[in-house]
Amino acid sequence: MTILDVKNLSVSYLCELDESEIALNAVDDISFKLDAGRSLGLVGESGCGKTTVMLALMRLLPEAGRIVAGQILFENSDLLHLSEAQMCEVRWADIAMVFQGAMNSLNPVRTIESQIIEALLNHKQVASRPEARKRTGELLNLVGIAPERGRQYPHQYSGGMRQRAIIAMALSCNPKVLVADEPTTALDVMIQAQITELLKKLQRDLGLTLILVTHDLGVVAEICDDVLVMYGGKVAEYGTSDTIYNTAKHPYTRRLLKAFPDIDNLDADLVSIPGAPPRLDDLPLGCRFSPRCHICKDYCKRDQPRLAEVGEGHYVACHLYSRK
Amino acid sequence: MVDHQLLRVENLYKYFPVSNSIIGKVLGKETRVVHAVDGVSFNLKVGEILALVGESGSGKTTVGMNVLGLQIPTKGKVIFDGMDVAYWSQGALGDLGNINKGEETNFNRRRQILLLRKRAQMIFQDPYESLNPRQKILEIVAEPLDIHGISLSEDDRIERVREALETCGLTPADHFWDRYPDGLSGGQRQRVVIAGALVLEPELLIADEPVSMLDVSIRAELLNLLLDIRDRRNISIIYTTHDLATAGFFTDRMAVMYLGRIVEIGPTKDVLSNPSHPYTRALVSVLPAPNPRKSRDRVILTGEVPNPIDLPKGCRFHPRCPEAREECSKIDPGFVDINSEHKAACLFV
Repeated sequence: MTILDVKNLSVSYLCELDESEIALNAVDDISFKLDAGRSLGLVGESGCGKTTVMLALMRLLPEAGRIVAGQILFENSDLLHLSEAQMCEVRWADIAMVFQGAMNSLNPVRTIESQIIEALLNHKQVASRPEARKRTGELLNLVGIAPERGRQYPHQYSGGMRQRAIIAMALSCNPKVLVADEPTTALDVMIQAQITELLKKLQRDLGLTLILVTHDLGVVAEICDDVLVMYGGKVAEYGTSDTIYNTAKHPYTRRLLKAFPDIDNLDADLVSIPGAPPRLDDLPLGCRFSPRCHICKDYCKRDQPRLAEVGEGHYVACHLYSRK
Repeated sequence: MVDHQLLRVENLYKYFPVSNSIIGKVLGKETRVVHAVDGVSFNLKVGEILALVGESGSGKTTVGMNVLGLQIPTKGKVIFDGMDVAYWSQGALGDLGNINKGEETNFNRRRQILLLRKRAQMIFQDPYESLNPRQKILEIVAEPLDIHGISLSEDDRIERVREALETCGLTPADHFWDRYPDGLSGGQRQRVVIAGALVLEPELLIADEPVSMLDVSIRAELLNLLLDIRDRRNISIIYTTHDLATAGFFTDRMAVMYLGRIVEIGPTKDVLSNPSHPYTRALVSVLPAPNPRKSRDRVILTGEVPNPIDLPKGCRFHPRCPEAREECSKIDPGFVDINSEHKAACLFV
């Protein structure tokens, strides 16, 4: 059953330039679909628009952000048509988000437990404080923290434990969809492995639908069923993990995979992608990857490629595959 | 110059005292110390790249700081091309020990450390914080020349900066040097940081997590740059990181650190293909493979590196070791040779 269906989503940021207002197109025509219980990895370099997609999904865009087109269907109702009050009920109860760097934004002068209890009471998940305390214990247990440690303060927690506490907080209202933005970035390798293992376990045990936003292809390979590769605000390639990792078609995806060190194959050259992602105020006319593409043709610089289906559920936006 | 040793670190110890509470002082309690580096020895040849790998708190950065004379070692020797950094750094860092030794000694020590820093430079982790936003690129890269009193004509100075920038892939240099750091991407900023280190033509670079803040797509570019600099200038590099995968790609030797000690050291490929210490094995097993078909059996250690104030008895890794036996809590293991170059500190290798 499809739980989340994002159709042709476009987001712009309005900003002033020389006294006139211009719209920067941060996300352009993104579509993806998620069945309940599946996990999607949203992958791309900094500035490709992956966080903007998620903020649009939660309707938490900063003031300058506008959703200019598209639909976000959650269980067949369009989130973009809800009032702010209705949206508040969807947030956390249906779709919860672990923000990037959230583990550093816990309130330092309150115990972990009291911060989770606050979330429970605010969202009317529990009737009374003792009940909230009991539920908090269960939540901490779920993410692998001994419930007694709920009475400690954030500074007594290590980075990995703070991240676990944040995940517990996100799960407090039993959401159906969990969005995690760079949940393992800035953590040590061993702690990264612990957190990916935890996310896998939660997804399996609670039947969560998971969206993972990251630039780390290794973490995505570990957890996700589907992968959406974004470049310059557009979809570059979309398909199941197995297709993307083994039969990637887009030159960007292929190079991104080669840029990732694999210690089983140490003699391979580490490939990098020269240049930088496009700036939003200076997007290339044709394919957005064309200035960095090693097999770029004349028409790539002129025309934008359309997203073509090259296999079952495997979409690629590259002239190599769409100009037939 | 084949096999010439550039750097020798012998039994390096660095303890940081933890300040005692007032009550503790009154009761005459012993001052406790953080054992940041606890007996580390290694050599570095000219033109060699060594990876210092470990989790946060393993002491890898502290080793780098002591090699550069930025901290005074508690014990041990750091010999850089015949010069004992540990000895000279004492005065230069303010702790004179005996002021009566006079100005000249102090001056001498300072001069020695400046000489060292001309030959050994550091690259820091975060290129967003290590560049002065109000200086132009040209000033940033030229500043080390002024600090070290290298007087050059204006043309020569600009030429040195040009060479450093272009070596780091910022070509043409004049396109960049009038700009401020905020006009550059993360990768370009890190290149400026490296250029600032290279302008002095050092013999040793200490790169402390130089790519961990950058996107995966440009990490390779910077690592290839470091490799290229080594090949062209034959400088030695110490690369500290928690990421074994990137270290695997461009380093010659690897030292794995745990709680202030090296637990395994050897040629990089040897260590990664035949990890002998259980800690190294666990680190290797959790590296994400960029392919869902190739998932490994992961050994995920519970918890984190323990607090380096109260070290575990016996082998310091035994509380987290999945293969620990009874002896491990009693005997502190020394190095065991796996082959002539590859050693691991475990009782059961």
